[in-house]
Amino acid sequence: MTASAAPRLRAKTRPGDRVFSGTAITAGSVIVAILAAVAIFLIAQSIPALTVGADDLKGADSFWSYVGPLVFGTLWAAGLALVLALPVALGIALFISHYAPRRLAQALGYVIDLLAAVPSVVFGLWGIKVLAPMVLPLYVWLSDNVGWIPLFSGPVSGTGRTILTVAIVLAVMILPIITALCREVFLQTPRLHEEAALALGATRWEMIQMAVLPFGRPGIISAAMLGLGRALGETMAVAMVLSPSVLISFVLLQSQNPTTIAANIALNFPEAHGIGVNVLIATGLVLFVITFAVNAVARVVINSRKAFSGAN
Amino acid sequence: MSKRIVVDDLNVFYGSFKAVEDVTLAIEPRTVTAFIGPSGCGKSTFLRTLNRMHEVIPGARVEGKVLLDGDDLYAPGVDPVLVRRQVGMVFQRPNPFPTMSIRDNVLAGVKLNNRRMSKGDADELVEKSLQGANLWNEVKDRLAKPGSGLSGGQQQRLCIARAIAVEPDVILMDEPCSALDPISTLAIEDLIEEMKNDYTIVIVTHNMQQASRVSDRTAFFNIAGTGKPGKLIEYDDTATMFSKPSVQATEDYVSGRFG
Amino acid sequence: MGGLFAILWLSGSMTEFSLVGTVFFGTVLYAVLIFAVSSVVEGGRKAKDRLVTALVTTAFVIALLPLVSLLSTVVASGLARFDPTFFSYSMRNVVGEGGGALHAIVGTLEVTGMATLMSVPIGLFTAIYLVEYGRGHLARAITFLVDVMTGIPSIVAGLFAFALFALLFRDPGVRFGFGGAVALSVLMIPVVVRSSEEMLKLVPNELREASYALGVPKWLTISKVVLPTSVAGITTGVMLSIARVIGETAPLLIIAGFTQSMNYDLFSERMMTLPVFVYTQYQNPGSDVGAYLDRAWAGALTLILIVMALNLIARLVAKLFAPKLSR
Repeated sequence: MTASAAPRLRAKTRPGDRVFSGTAITAGSVIVAILAAVAIFLIAQSIPALTVGADDLKGADSFWSYVGPLVFGTLWAAGLALVLALPVALGIALFISHYAPRRLAQALGYVIDLLAAVPSVVFGLWGIKVLAPMVLPLYVWLSDNVGWIPLFSGPVSGTGRTILTVAIVLAVMILPIITALCREVFLQTPRLHEEAALALGATRWEMIQMAVLPFGRPGIISAAMLGLGRALGETMAVAMVLSPSVLISFVLLQSQNPTTIAANIALNFPEAHGIGVNVLIATGLVLFVITFAVNAVARVVINSRKAFSGAN
Repeated sequence: MSKRIVVDDLNVFYGSFKAVEDVTLAIEPRTVTAFIGPSGCGKSTFLRTLNRMHEVIPGARVEGKVLLDGDDLYAPGVDPVLVRRQVGMVFQRPNPFPTMSIRDNVLAGVKLNNRRMSKGDADELVEKSLQGANLWNEVKDRLAKPGSGLSGGQQQRLCIARAIAVEPDVILMDEPCSALDPISTLAIEDLIEEMKNDYTIVIVTHNMQQASRVSDRTAFFNIAGTGKPGKLIEYDDTATMFSKPSVQATEDYVSGRFG
Repeated sequence: MGGLFAILWLSGSMTEFSLVGTVFFGTVLYAVLIFAVSSVVEGGRKAKDRLVTALVTTAFVIALLPLVSLLSTVVASGLARFDPTFFSYSMRNVVGEGGGALHAIVGTLEVTGMATLMSVPIGLFTAIYLVEYGRGHLARAITFLVDVMTGIPSIVAGLFAFALFALLFRDPGVRFGFGGAVALSVLMIPVVVRSSEEMLKLVPNELREASYALGVPKWLTISKVVLPTSVAGITTGVMLSIARVIGETAPLLIIAGFTQSMNYDLFSERMMTLPVFVYTQYQNPGSDVGAYLDRAWAGALTLILIVMALNLIARLVAKLFAPKLSR
């Protein structure tokens, strides 16, 4: 019995198992390799740009003074977009999670997700052909009535193609992602906290103030950060709506507007040659670093929530 | 078909935490052995070491020997996959494969291992296994329906049919009735009684009445406190364990003074 | 944003009746009225509650405005050239009217298809590694890097593909379809990994244990129990990831370039894609601006229809084919 049974328990390692786990590890390693390649190739192609002379930089005297206004434009446009989008996104998320009838809520979520499905080039087309003419009267009104605020000083651009229009388009584009994340967080609010607040006689809004918002704050922050990350890297909408010029300016309504890194690349890359290509790639690397930093902040906030969420 | 299990000085660790300490016992073929004890005493963990299922949990490892008719399950070169074909297992919650029909669930052990089988042989195996699990009469008209459509008790018997279709020597049951209602529990207990003619059966249970009803031998595990390893306190004939156990802790437990 | 739209409608476009404007003003008016009435009748706390309810509802309506405006514009303007010619001709030798986007549609299908072929195996197996095998440093590194990859701006992905192939082929003006597929893969892989990972995690551990207990080796357990149980969810995730990259413009503009002619070969010459088609039609109009713009809108409509269809099918797959887990 022993003699016949012993071989039944022993077996060579299965080729299937080794091939399968090998494939899985390889696939995982490919991702490591891809990211390493992204970093290496971008850096390799960027290095020549750092020492480039003024001739190839459209007037700027060094790479850093060339990329400076672009960085400003990128942050400015994305920041404006976030300011516009965040309150609305919070409202929608609350509406779906705590106000809308339960049966409707999911359908409403889908409707907002539809916005995320619209390709950016279509947003660009819409922004320039529909939104810009539509907001122009508003800009005139703003500049006439609150023009004493430097932000809104004139003369108003004749086309409506200003940084504010870009910011509105970007806001619409990042609305779905911020909404979706906030909605998830709000839905996770511990039922007991909510019921405790309601049991104390709070109105729905007071309950949200007491239970939902404090619980969701880290989630809201990280959602905003991820939305900002999206807005920073968005290319086509900006490239199509803005008539670009390279400068640092805070005014919202005039025809001279700072452009963004991504849009600058998209507009100039098809015609770029020689060292110009390297300069553009280097600006892309700068953009990558900025979005990486923003996303890293978002991730840190999310992780801190995981550690602290006492409510499980 | 039925085999003898001898456990010699077995320790189980999760990482650096020792979960079970110094277990030595022998389980005879064609018997039902019950493991009882309070929660967290390591009886389920120990059960899993009898077919190396604990290896699924990251960081779990054992020291010591488990002999199945003299073959050490933990000898170098032993393949856990082949161990599990000889030592089957039924879990706490019924877990039929949701993507498979009742018939395919019974044949899962064959089909998942890519083994070829003629339709006649397969039909025969399905009927034999379902008969063996007392389920044939209830499902013979709907073998093509998904297994998840059955009641909880039927699902658990389907899982037993699935386990015996592999033709193991030993069947381990980890609290097989804890998710079931009393009538389904009775059906399973009757089934265990019949199955012990063919298999060595080891069952973990929280229910002392169940242990006294179905088992021939009973092992009592206990734990000195949280963070301490579980130990085998006493192992004897079931009748002795429940009437005049030799250790005070066993007496306290079976009489319901703690646990 | 709400305030913007409010003043906007007040100032300019109120001359003619507009459904969008009416809906918006109805809501704003409601918010003001309900707050006023409630603070008189029910007192401050209740009134505040009602005001917030109205504001939150308004936020939702505001979000609908651009969506409705965008979709109606695209449909209205896109239908003008949404005709058989559009789907059966390229832009070769077309100046002014006529012409179509066949070359761009073919290009989009080829590039996206190629990207899917590369991303799905890598993404799926990475997810399998992370869920079924991964422990320790490599798994943690991969999880982190997938997070980083999720945040790569699409244009940077395009630049990467360009930098890679420009160095590889020693051609500073390299443009071809396969490069576009590589760029899209960089964007697609993290999405596939994330969604597949979620789906694999949803498969109850009990099913894996049941399979192991039957003496089934790990790789067969994964390929015959875990994957079939989660296949509907994984398919949904893949389709959504396709929907996400099929509308990408910037990376394709950089590495696939643009052309007026058919090109079926992913590995040589510039290749037109639908989003880039829309962009170039708008950006470089010839003498007959209207004809170019009409084609741009028709392209936008086609693109939106494809994306919507993908989303819809994905959701249907998730609904219809997901196995019912006992949980």
